[in-house]
Amino acid sequence: MSQAVHNEYLMYPASFLVLEIWEEISGCFTLTLQPDPVVTTSFAPGQFYMLYIFGHGEVPISVSGDPVETETLTFTVLAVGSVTRKLCSVKAGDTVGLRGPFGNGWPLKLAKGHDVLVIAGGLGLAPLRPVIYHLISHASDYGKITLIYGTRTPDMILFQDELASWDERDDMTVLLTVDSAGSDWYGHVGVVTELIENAGIDPVRTTTMACGPEIMMRFTAYGLIDIGMAASDIYVSMERNMKCALGHCGRCQYGPHFVCKDGPVFAFDQVENLFRVREV
Amino acid sequence: MTPPRPLYRLDRNDFGILLNILKEKGYLTVGPTRRDGAILYGALESVDDLPIGWTDEQEAGTYRLKCRDDDALFGYNVGPHSWKKYLFPSKTKLWSATKKGSGFEIDRETDTPPKYAFIGVRACELHAIQIQDKVFMGGTYQDPVHAGRRRDCLIIAVNCAQAANTCFCTSMQTGPKVDNGYDIVLTEIIDKARHYFVIEAGSDRGAAIVKKLPVSPVQQTDMDAAAACVENAEKQMGRKVDMTDIKDILTRNYDNKRWAELEKKCLACGNCTMACPTCFCSNVEDITDLGAEHAERWRSWGSCFTMDFSYIHGGSVRPSIGSRYRQWLMHKLATWLDQFGTSGCVGCGRCITWCPVGIDLTEEVKAICDNEEGDPSG
Repeated sequence: MSQAVHNEYLMYPASFLVLEIWEEISGCFTLTLQPDPVVTTSFAPGQFYMLYIFGHGEVPISVSGDPVETETLTFTVLAVGSVTRKLCSVKAGDTVGLRGPFGNGWPLKLAKGHDVLVIAGGLGLAPLRPVIYHLISHASDYGKITLIYGTRTPDMILFQDELASWDERDDMTVLLTVDSAGSDWYGHVGVVTELIENAGIDPVRTTTMACGPEIMMRFTAYGLIDIGMAASDIYVSMERNMKCALGHCGRCQYGPHFVCKDGPVFAFDQVENLFRVREV
Repeated sequence: MTPPRPLYRLDRNDFGILLNILKEKGYLTVGPTRRDGAILYGALESVDDLPIGWTDEQEAGTYRLKCRDDDALFGYNVGPHSWKKYLFPSKTKLWSATKKGSGFEIDRETDTPPKYAFIGVRACELHAIQIQDKVFMGGTYQDPVHAGRRRDCLIIAVNCAQAANTCFCTSMQTGPKVDNGYDIVLTEIIDKARHYFVIEAGSDRGAAIVKKLPVSPVQQTDMDAAAACVENAEKQMGRKVDMTDIKDILTRNYDNKRWAELEKKCLACGNCTMACPTCFCSNVEDITDLGAEHAERWRSWGSCFTMDFSYIHGGSVRPSIGSRYRQWLMHKLATWLDQFGTSGCVGCGRCITWCPVGIDLTEEVKAICDNEEGDPSG
């Protein structure tokens, strides 16, 4: 038997105080949470926590904040269900429960020495923001950084101020696209894959990290394979129903993988056969 | 490997002594009882609680009890219950919480299970228990409920002397002979003159119990009779299925037409997952009282056949029933191997018997193997 962990902290929600909450875009809120009592936290970019609202239930949410920050944890949540709606209506001073961190996170060590291409769709930018923070604070470890980010409409673009400041950096390019827009949008309209071709990606020395709807990740991965990138250099973050986050409830199964503990990040060659199948 | 321990004879009339010893040692004795027209696991107060003189007839979608023409204690095969009902209870409170100021305080629930002695565990079921051990205790996180219940659990196994029409343990190499993981194993022998058990300890705990029993040395004829019982079960095995390369075959048949046929047949009732001794998926529910002062978290058996099982915002990942059956079968026979290094099927046949429309796993496997449609390259 492997080393068994009786990690009770991971089974019972710990109390966290809401320090701040603000609306990023319509229906999408960012929460800053502090452990109560105060302890330090640490997570790897791409990892998630189970967020609990007293009596309402629990949902898996990836950390969207800076991994350097050890006093608070930041999450960006879209109000889509009963628990996330409740999470988005908390106020500073309220208490929420947290279990975690869970999951494997993005391959930041493997990407060292490479260019990094970050591709996000919609809310998929939230679990990738810690990657960008890490890449910027360890810029000498990586080559150039490219962020390709697509949303449905211009008013659904997250973290606009940060996107602008990232784009000003010499070592980083930010490319935006939307599915549809009014006449006041001067940027690109279309899917993220259209931006790959002219982004100056060197397919041989680039590691890609993609997060968004499955269909977007599928087209992105094949778009990159078409320009010569190896499937093993493309990483995607999967989403499935999750109850325990400990590999026991069975709900997050994706073929042979448990998304909660084997994922949520997978190299595309690990999951390519599953991407081709409907309803897996 | 456990070194071989001596075999003994235990007279049928002394079987009650075994139960008494277990009770004296503080065990809650549970095993097969006749209830609601089926053989179900429940508390055994005395030998008379066993389904003496009963047997079962099983077919796809059919289960009937029948009287035997002898007084066998274990003359039947597995019923709808499995031992997971004790080791992985169908409903467990994980914790409760009370509102305190703007926050809450968690009261950890401590599972205080009785010390179980399982009487009459079959070879396939013992394999199922060991498979769930891997699921709940073999990884990074241990499930405290399963681990706590398993720790002191004593296993008195029984070799099958007959097989149901839905049995296929020989195909899964899990029986009918009990091979490991038991504390005591029994073979029930009834001939014209005698009714007795060949009894063997499989652990020190088991040996200490056997020592207290009025056993007599075993003769070669007894050993031959015990071997004949198992051979008889092997011969009666109602179903056979070729599991060679099953993982690879299924993995390249995600698009097989058979799944669409199952879509029409399967009711998605989840019976197979409830009856299956290895199915471990669960649901977690948070509830509160009306005043929202007290909250609880409950875990209950879940089934991959429900829409809710794979629900994420926007809908279920597996809206079609065919895809849910595929998930179940793929998991049992293919992905389970990746996850836990063992098949998730023990060949007990419960999913066949208890399917209300008689869907037969062995038939489905054969149909897919005989009509491969996927791209063989994967």
